[in-house]
Amino acid sequence: MAIFINENTPVLIQGFTGRIGTFHAQEMIDYGTNVVGGVTPGKGGSTHLGRPVFNTMKGAVQETNATASIVFVPPPFAADAIMEAADAGIQYCVCITDGIPAQDMIRVKRYMRRYKKEGRMVLTGPNCAGTISPGKAMLGIMPGHIYLPGRVGIVGRSGTLGYEAASQLKALGIGVSTSVGIGGDPINGSSFRDVFEHFENDPDTDAVLLIGEIGGPQEAEAGEYARDNMKKPVVAYIAGLSAPKGRKMGHAGAIISAFGESAPEKVEILQNCGVTIAPTPSEMGATVAGVINKLRKVA
Amino acid sequence: MDIHEYQAKELLSKFGVPIARGGIAYSPEQATYRATEIGGSKWVVKAQIHSGARGKAGGIKVCSTDREIEQAAESMLGKKLVTNQTGPGGKLVSRLYIEEATDIAKEIYFALVMDRATERIMVVASAAGGMEIEEISAKQPDTIIRVVVDPAVGMQQFQAREVAYGLGVDPEVINKLVPTILACYRAFRDLDATMVEINPLVITKDKHLLALDAKMSFDDNALFRRPHIAELRDKSQEDPRETYASDRGLAYVGLDGDIGCVVNGAGLAMATLDMIKLAGGEPANFLDIGGGASPERVAKSFKAVLKDKKVKALLLNVFAGINRCDWVAKGVVDAVNDLQIKMPVVVRLAGTNVEEGRRIIDESGLTVISAETLAEAAQKAVAAAKSAA
Repeated sequence: MAIFINENTPVLIQGFTGRIGTFHAQEMIDYGTNVVGGVTPGKGGSTHLGRPVFNTMKGAVQETNATASIVFVPPPFAADAIMEAADAGIQYCVCITDGIPAQDMIRVKRYMRRYKKEGRMVLTGPNCAGTISPGKAMLGIMPGHIYLPGRVGIVGRSGTLGYEAASQLKALGIGVSTSVGIGGDPINGSSFRDVFEHFENDPDTDAVLLIGEIGGPQEAEAGEYARDNMKKPVVAYIAGLSAPKGRKMGHAGAIISAFGESAPEKVEILQNCGVTIAPTPSEMGATVAGVINKLRKVA
Repeated sequence: MDIHEYQAKELLSKFGVPIARGGIAYSPEQATYRATEIGGSKWVVKAQIHSGARGKAGGIKVCSTDREIEQAAESMLGKKLVTNQTGPGGKLVSRLYIEEATDIAKEIYFALVMDRATERIMVVASAAGGMEIEEISAKQPDTIIRVVVDPAVGMQQFQAREVAYGLGVDPEVINKLVPTILACYRAFRDLDATMVEINPLVITKDKHLLALDAKMSFDDNALFRRPHIAELRDKSQEDPRETYASDRGLAYVGLDGDIGCVVNGAGLAMATLDMIKLAGGEPANFLDIGGGASPERVAKSFKAVLKDKKVKALLLNVFAGINRCDWVAKGVVDAVNDLQIKMPVVVRLAGTNVEEGRRIIDESGLTVISAETLAEAAQKAVAAAKSAA
């Protein structure tokens, strides 16, 4: 099953004909993703990589029945592209674009609340590597071959650190059900907690690896969710244990981050919620292996 | 991006925030001239650096004569001011703000921030102004007022009134405070700020409202559409290592150790620093060269890291996905040759074509040491830096 995407999910590429969109669209097609077309305003009616190009998302969805999209649109126009996807009835959208203004993302999140929760599009990113359900489909810019198909869910902020985790797991013979990048921006589409909910409900996922970092409240919030609502075991690594305190100019940030935003604090909160901590980034794979072995013994 | 107090005041006043009369000075002579221009009998000379807590560090002086103004200006200009926010190196004072002195009756803390939890703009205010906000939240947490703004409609009058009445000011000041709060919000929204902090916002003895200090930070991602804000950047307030790197599109943060780090991806870069610390070493920097790792970017990054003379060993950690390892390895070998790097360079490659990449590194015959895992790379870099010391 996996979450968000599988081999049948019909996908549209937003920013299809650009250099970056073209390159990664081809990679996704080669991986087996069901890319049904793309959108580039002004190029509608043409064909690109053997697939139709549309001017608008609404037109593209009408013609292709696509349910997922991936955004490669440049930062000034990316927020608009995400809202267009939501309005066209897309169910799952990944935004790769790095550098979107924070107030644009505030607007996007507010806009999406106009749709009822059940029908509302799920957005992951921006500024992420995307999502992959190994062996099924890839909606992102990651090297697909480093992921072994399997039953561990990964959710993380960082792209390359996620690759590191996947390759450590692969070296131990452990596969991944779906790996989701939620991106490094302060305001993002889905939080760790949001993705946890999907993994908990996915029959093909046995355990979840969270790869977090300093700053923001989302790791702590996910820990509490895991403690209260999840039966599946959670492993976490938090990057930035050695990061110096930000040389901030004022103090206004400090008040809303009174506790829980440094890496050691996040580790403590997660531990108290029953999450198993990978003490170093080179032990992410081994820590997951330990947790899985325990699961097998119990079963 | 941060700006100076006088720049923040100028911006905010255009939106309707009341400020005291003042002017900028680059020399002691100009400082006295400004004071004459402003008029009155008492002035404040304020060092303009990107930091708070300037008063305790000697960066704010109240003067009543030309002589005092000159002396204050001379004691500040051209010197580095060290506050509890600048780090031990301090920040260079190259301009002063001369302002008429104010008779303060009450001090308020007022700020707008981008709140990550609610993902909205939030007002943070307290009647315990003048104190630093950490101090307020520790000592008088009950005085802190928080109001979250709905982005669809913006801040409403009633929200500003709630804050104003919550601060317990005199009735005749309410009518000045409410529009000031709304003005700060409009400035935050229209200029793509990430923070507006007025500490203190004062009520004078004759019941006027004044922003006595002002700090603003801006969203770097939005500078493309705020060219007049981007112009306000003052590179003299930045770490020169960071300026060099950011001008070349690299995300760099200077640290105090001796192992120069070049990594692709922010998360992996942070993880690499963690591993160096765990192996008993100290990183000289955080450097994210972005998801890709082209030979040109590797060379640029080495140059940026080597600007720091404390660096005794280099650690390159690249997880090559789309860019194959053999390609990155060739780039590393070329960069080490071109830059004539003599210090040890530990290279850890992972991902596509990793065997071929390692073979190129091992056969290069340079001072390049290859490592297979993250842990091994960190240990080798720490050992190399220690033996080079």
